[in-house]
Amino acid sequence: MTARLRTAALRSRLAGPFDLEVAAGECIAITGASGSGKSLLLRMIADLDPNEGEVFLDGVARSSMAPPAWRRKVAYAAAESGWWEDLVAPHFPDLAAARAFAPRLDLKPELFDGHVLRLSTGEKQRLALLRLLLPGPPVLLLDEPTGALDEGSQGKVEEILRERLAGGCAIVLVTHDPGQAGRLGRRHFVMAERRLHPA
Amino acid sequence: MKPTIVLEAHDLAIAAVLIGLDGVISLVFGLGLHKQLAVAAARMVLQLLLIGVILTKVFAIAAPPVTLLVILVMVAIGGREVAVRPEQRLVNWGNYAVGGAAVAFATGVTSILALTTALRPEPWYEARYAIPLAGIVLGNVLNAASLALDTLLGSVVREKAAIEAQLCLGATSRQAMGRLLRSAMRRGLLPVVNSMSASGVVTLPGIMTGQILAGIDPMEAVKYQILLMFLLSGGAGLSAVAVVFLAARRLTDGRHRLRLDRLVGSNSS
Repeated sequence: MTARLRTAALRSRLAGPFDLEVAAGECIAITGASGSGKSLLLRMIADLDPNEGEVFLDGVARSSMAPPAWRRKVAYAAAESGWWEDLVAPHFPDLAAARAFAPRLDLKPELFDGHVLRLSTGEKQRLALLRLLLPGPPVLLLDEPTGALDEGSQGKVEEILRERLAGGCAIVLVTHDPGQAGRLGRRHFVMAERRLHPA
Repeated sequence: MKPTIVLEAHDLAIAAVLIGLDGVISLVFGLGLHKQLAVAAARMVLQLLLIGVILTKVFAIAAPPVTLLVILVMVAIGGREVAVRPEQRLVNWGNYAVGGAAVAFATGVTSILALTTALRPEPWYEARYAIPLAGIVLGNVLNAASLALDTLLGSVVREKAAIEAQLCLGATSRQAMGRLLRSAMRRGLLPVVNSMSASGVVTLPGIMTGQILAGIDPMEAVKYQILLMFLLSGGAGLSAVAVVFLAARRLTDGRHRLRLDRLVGSNSS
């Protein structure tokens, strides 16, 4: 059976090579010191930074797909969320679905009517995750998805991620929290000196 | 024509006192601009004197290759000014390539259009018309290109997270950058819109004032000024669009990435 996500000699001037396989329904957790290259790996898989090597989604090579189509399927959530409009609502193409899903992430539906500037860091992080999750991408690349969240919200996020895993999603999770790595990750790697080592 | 007032060196010296006043203002309020002011004023005087000498010679020669050479040198200097303004620099002399191409394109198109249609000197490339016209168009083109480039390069750095968030949601690089491209072009075009609306109400444009002071009939000067304003706004628009698209091409690549690695911050200008 082909892996849902596979990287083959994925590398750049800054990090790698990485040979990684993630099965459907599997979450691999990556921990490691700041600056060790965890985010670089996720950015390379999402094709946001120049890189060499290949990545396959269900056996289909990334190089055979247009980058926007690839990124819709292999969805990367950066540690710092990005916002390009003043209001929250225009960031959500399917606003009704976003409002309906919001309570599951402890988000008040009226947040969508406000300004991005008024959001807390935690609210931004959850809204960015919501934005990414709504289209249901088969692969999630998550960089510290609960970094700015309290325990309650963190639990809600993990619950949703477990549901996605059960639905066949593959997740590459970068986290500082060994507890989270243990709760969600089937396999656990440590990034050191820009290479991955099994933990 | 009415007899014109001839300026003597001491008339200019009296006016130069005002630059000294700017320097005092800078010192009193700690603006840190006095050195730059002095250098800029000295450059202005030297450059203008030099161009006066050169133009006198070039007009006398009136040979097309010489005219072209003078204009190319002016364009090159203009391109450099556009390149060095922004705090951010594109690698591999990108600012120079982008600034030079945009300035040359906008100045060339606008000046040739004016010379072959509205002004029609005989021949159309006559140095006495081509050089001053290219010069004034260039000044505006440079301003628009410089503002647009500075705005774009600054905003892509500031808005990195926003651009990449859109890319991650499946936007093309053009879509993800669109808002920033538009605001950079807008920024480049604002001065020309401002100067058109203020013309004759808040300000008397420099060229027109100069012509009137030199004894030309005000209505004639006004017609010239209207023509120039149209030319300048056209040139500004062309250069703002050109500089923004050329820079955007270097800031993205075929895989729809934001290539901030092709940008280096610069504090050494």
